[in-house]
Amino acid sequence: MVLKLEDVSKRFGNFTAVDNLSIAIPEKEMFGFLGANGAGKTTTFRMILGLLDATEGKVTWNGQPITYETSPVIGYLPEERGLYPKLKVKDQLVYLARLRGMKKEEALEELKKWLDRFKVPEYLDKRVEELSKGNQQKIQFIAAVLHKPKLLILDEPFSGLDPVNVEQLKEAVLEIKENGTTIVFSSHRMEHVEEMCEHLCIMHRGRPVVHGSLKEIKRAFGKKNLIIHADFDLSSFESYPGVTKMKRTPEGVHLQIEGENVAERILNEIVGKGFVRRFVLEEPSLNDIFIEKVGASYE
Amino acid sequence: MNNFWIILSHTYMSKVKTKSFVVTTILTLAIVIGLSNMTNIIDFFNKDSSEKIAVIDETRELLSPLQEQLKLTDSELILENYEAGAVEAEKAVEDGEYSGLLILEVDETNLPTATYKTMSISDTNSFAAIQSGLQQIKTQMAANQINLTQEQLAALYEPVSVERVALAENAKTEEELSQARGLVYVLLFVIYFAVIMYANMIAMEVATEKSSRVMEILISSVSPIKQMFAKILGIGLLSLTQLILLLGVGYFSIKQNLDSMEGGFFSVFGFGAVSVATIVYAVIFFILGYFLYATLAAFLGSLVSRIEDVQQMITPMTLLVVAGFMLAMFGLGNPDAPFVAVTSYIPFFTPMLMFMRVGMLSLPTWEPILGIAILLVSIILLAIFGARVYKGGVLMYGKTSSFKDIKKALQLTKSDK
Repeated sequence: MVLKLEDVSKRFGNFTAVDNLSIAIPEKEMFGFLGANGAGKTTTFRMILGLLDATEGKVTWNGQPITYETSPVIGYLPEERGLYPKLKVKDQLVYLARLRGMKKEEALEELKKWLDRFKVPEYLDKRVEELSKGNQQKIQFIAAVLHKPKLLILDEPFSGLDPVNVEQLKEAVLEIKENGTTIVFSSHRMEHVEEMCEHLCIMHRGRPVVHGSLKEIKRAFGKKNLIIHADFDLSSFESYPGVTKMKRTPEGVHLQIEGENVAERILNEIVGKGFVRRFVLEEPSLNDIFIEKVGASYE
Repeated sequence: MNNFWIILSHTYMSKVKTKSFVVTTILTLAIVIGLSNMTNIIDFFNKDSSEKIAVIDETRELLSPLQEQLKLTDSELILENYEAGAVEAEKAVEDGEYSGLLILEVDETNLPTATYKTMSISDTNSFAAIQSGLQQIKTQMAANQINLTQEQLAALYEPVSVERVALAENAKTEEELSQARGLVYVLLFVIYFAVIMYANMIAMEVATEKSSRVMEILISSVSPIKQMFAKILGIGLLSLTQLILLLGVGYFSIKQNLDSMEGGFFSVFGFGAVSVATIVYAVIFFILGYFLYATLAAFLGSLVSRIEDVQQMITPMTLLVVAGFMLAMFGLGNPDAPFVAVTSYIPFFTPMLMFMRVGMLSLPTWEPILGIAILLVSIILLAIFGARVYKGGVLMYGKTSSFKDIKKALQLTKSDK
């Protein structure tokens, strides 16, 4: 069960939306897609879904091209709400599940389970336009997973949700993953990807600028963060060899350094200068990597 | 194929249950029943409304011949001699005791003149009855004055007899023509309204699905082309449901009232002899016309991003339907006109114009067959073209909605090959 994109490109006229993208996503994995707006995430998803065909390269699922035959094993949550505003939750979710090959009764039963799980059983007979945005998103999520897909594509699943609902949804996503579904999801929120994905890809202008497992990416990035809180002046470290960035905070400084050895040297420097309340060496956050990789090319 | 039926039945069922569908259907049915019972309804309201008119006859000779005359023409007017004088009579009319006051006099040539006073002059029926009655009497009296005999008078007034005979073998007689005209007229209206209404409905449906982005989910499970045709067929079944209800109720209602309609209000329409062939052609042309315009509407609807833009987008299509209808209305009076014959082969006009010609004239069979064939081919071509635009169009979101987008949509689809 592998989703494979091989040298996939998509061009609209002169505009290249996705350029030479190659990704393999193993079974039961959660794969994160990061990228600024317009980076080509949605176009990539549409190609995976078969809504658009690649100009070059191919997308395969277990070695087979993705067609409407395979649609029952795929679930999709689009970036914007995609529900009939006037239809009842029950009617439209059963309809959408039937289109993905589910039986009517089965779909209804499954839907009730999901509504109970999200603690909103009373929505069954409500029209979608009556629900709040966050609750619509829950319904949208149920629509994507109701038919128990093997491949789930979530385009910005957590946008517009409050923290409690984000937690609820995250839990549900993780559970689906545990049950053996391959999940591809995109987000602007680095911490969600960092928390949930083993593998990820940062897209920029249609090209993957970073791609691999989270650990490898962080290791390959090399730089680390060093947080020092001390009673004496630390600003002299701004020009210290091996320090690439410094940010002052009320209690001290945040440094970005080139490696562990730099931290060691700094520690030796400050010992004896005064009282150090905090000295922490941290892995770089995905946010740092994203800003460095994508932000740099903006300049 | 399974998904096709799911979409079709979903479209049909969810539309049948909507309030607007139920209400319009009931309303139209009520109108049909009302129209076909028109004579009964008119009689019901007119039952005891025979009007009383006060008459002041200055000559004392005119009243009784006038009463005789009115009796001959089946008029419900009751003329009562009023002796108490003009002022009192006017007051009686004002009080509502009489509906009018008629003063009969003679002029200097000894011929009758009259003044008719009512509260308002909106009631033309009784006025016309009185006028034509008096006209008769005046003619009689004038004839008497110049000593014409009854026979001479009759010879003078007898209408000339002109009979029209069509030489074409199975051409419709004049009587048949006027009968056909009524049926064709009504069915043209049905086709016209149904095509506009349901084509609109399809464009709205597509635009709603697109603007609410359900489309993305739908076409990730079903191919857009399958989805488009399932929708067209679903709405098509809906329209047939409505049409069958309408025709069925109309047919039985007219059958029930056939006796009362002979010679009355409906004689113009000639429903007495409903031609089966005309009905069959109406159904065929209705279905074909529906498919042609529905396909057009579906792909036009797929090009807009916002529901507000739908009307603007389908206006050209609506104009085509209106043009066809106008031509057909003109053709009703002059079905032989060469340009009517020519335009009836233009597919967008065929459903109404060819139907009108088939209903009104005795066309050789190949003509409607050719029309239907051209129509079928254009539907297939339009469906192929429309499906390609639709496939790209449903994924396109932009502010503008113009015909330039057709090209863009086609490009999107093309790269899908």
